[in-house]
Amino acid sequence: MPATTVTARADHGDSPVRPAGGAPAKGRRRSGPLARIPVPLWLLLPAALVLIPLFGYPLYQLGLLSVLKFGQPQASGGVPTEFVGLSNYTDVLGDAQFWSVLGQTLAFAAFCVVATLAVGAVCAVLLTRVGKWPRLLLMFGALGAWAAPAMTGSTVWMFLLDTNSGLVNEILGTQGHNWMYDKWSAFAMVAVVVVWHSFPFVMITLYAGIQAIPDSVLEAARLDGAGTATIFRRIMLPMLRPLLVIVVIQSIIWDFKVFTQIYVMTGGGGIAGQNLVLNVYAYQKAFVAENYSLGAAIGVLMTLILLAVTAVYIRSLRRSGEEL
Amino acid sequence: MKRDNRVLRQGANVLAIVLALLTVFPLYWMVLSALKPKGEITSAHPRPWTFAPTLDNFRNALGVSGFGRYFLNSMAVAVVVVVVSAAIAFLAAVALSRFKFRFRTTILIMFLVAQMVPVEALTIPLFFLVRDIGTVAPGFGLSSLGALMLVNLAFSLPFAVWMLRGFVAAVPESLEEAARIDGASRFTILWRILFPLVAPGLAATSVFSFITAWNDFVFAKTLILDTDHQTLPAALMVFFKPDENDWGGIMAASTLMTVPVLIFFVLVQRHMVSGLGGAVKD
Repeated sequence: MPATTVTARADHGDSPVRPAGGAPAKGRRRSGPLARIPVPLWLLLPAALVLIPLFGYPLYQLGLLSVLKFGQPQASGGVPTEFVGLSNYTDVLGDAQFWSVLGQTLAFAAFCVVATLAVGAVCAVLLTRVGKWPRLLLMFGALGAWAAPAMTGSTVWMFLLDTNSGLVNEILGTQGHNWMYDKWSAFAMVAVVVVWHSFPFVMITLYAGIQAIPDSVLEAARLDGAGTATIFRRIMLPMLRPLLVIVVIQSIIWDFKVFTQIYVMTGGGGIAGQNLVLNVYAYQKAFVAENYSLGAAIGVLMTLILLAVTAVYIRSLRRSGEEL
Repeated sequence: MKRDNRVLRQGANVLAIVLALLTVFPLYWMVLSALKPKGEITSAHPRPWTFAPTLDNFRNALGVSGFGRYFLNSMAVAVVVVVVSAAIAFLAAVALSRFKFRFRTTILIMFLVAQMVPVEALTIPLFFLVRDIGTVAPGFGLSSLGALMLVNLAFSLPFAVWMLRGFVAAVPESLEEAARIDGASRFTILWRILFPLVAPGLAATSVFSFITAWNDFVFAKTLILDTDHQTLPAALMVFFKPDENDWGGIMAASTLMTVPVLIFFVLVQRHMVSGLGGAVKD
């Protein structure tokens, strides 16, 4: 139970067995049947006023654009827009570049997720095993990497990796080597920056989760003769499961949508677009090639992929029957 | 057995320190390079120290490249987003964690789904939306800070609501119950009881709203077409030149951009931890 309430993020989803619903009902009783519905709706009104026009409507427009012919002439109002059905989608899906970009987006995201989780989890376990000073040091270092904006993280690492005056080349004795030239080397360097930025979240969340496991539980297990491995596998992992689900899904979503690091570090998608990921690809199609409807179609496809991830997420939250 | 443990523990300590140093090193390098004189930066043999620190790079960034202006623009956007988003998210979080009503689950799931939407793709319709708004209200049109505030507000809200919900839920309801019995109005309960108790959560949430707004690169790049209203992340690109990057300037500008976030983190870090602690110990 404590593991599910460790952080605000841990407190996810909704569940039919949620007991909290019982208590507020008491509050409602006083306000009478007429005031029953309006209060929460009043409280939600400001959020709705912001989100419907600035989030919902653009989302609808994204879908609409994707079934129109909408390029620069239409954008400047000279030519009327034209409904073209799914032809933008057939264009995108028929384009070999889309599939290769999709493939490398998935591979890149998968790599980043696995690496972030591995580094974050190792650091979290490490934090529980070390003295006070090393722990504080690692916490503050991680906090710094977490706080660093994606933009400055990218610029600093670009400088570290710079061909002529970069420290990495100096240390490795590889002066003149361009790390961003080769496709996979460039992806790997961006992945390093992404992991550097995002492992602190995993580390701190999991550390808080481990800390929240009551000592009495671990002690009881130890008295029963459980070894470290057994305790880890049979007690800690199950108790951390809800948190693990959250950090995994959050990482998938973040890493699938990486934009700034790719855009900045590879100069908008790398040499001849070799380092494009879907996000940057859609952006380039829309704002550089000025084919807004094609960009929108890619955006819709991306949203659908992420929605599928979300659906899996919500289902697994529900199925685990956690109090969420 | 005892001895083994001690060796293991020392090894863990060393590993933790090494990892900490590796993690923090890029930030150290950024600040160091910002302070290095020009000759040392372009040197083919960079050294991890400098004996002649100078503020030239900062002077250049703030003076010549107009970073002071971009800094203030970024600050204005971030502060407005943090304050407004905290207020709106607080109300919404109370609604979603303290009341049971129809569509509650649906709304919750929508807040969750909203976080998944690739916002970069939404720049396409938003560009046209903001362009059209601009013809009616220029203060929120293209190249206005108002547009950036609105857009960043919208995109920081779903996560803020989601996160705050946990903090509101962690406040024992008995407190509100007691206040209610004492005759406190709904507003009083909200403002005098719940708000102070959720304040640590609000602080933690603010960090994320601040980061969303402060770090935003794609909206600033797309919606701001003139240099006067540019914010830091997009303005940083100015330093990148096709032939030779001004690394001293880039590092100084990056430092200027990182410092406020770091300060914010350190300031609210205690609240974040106590907020988390509160949720843990509950």
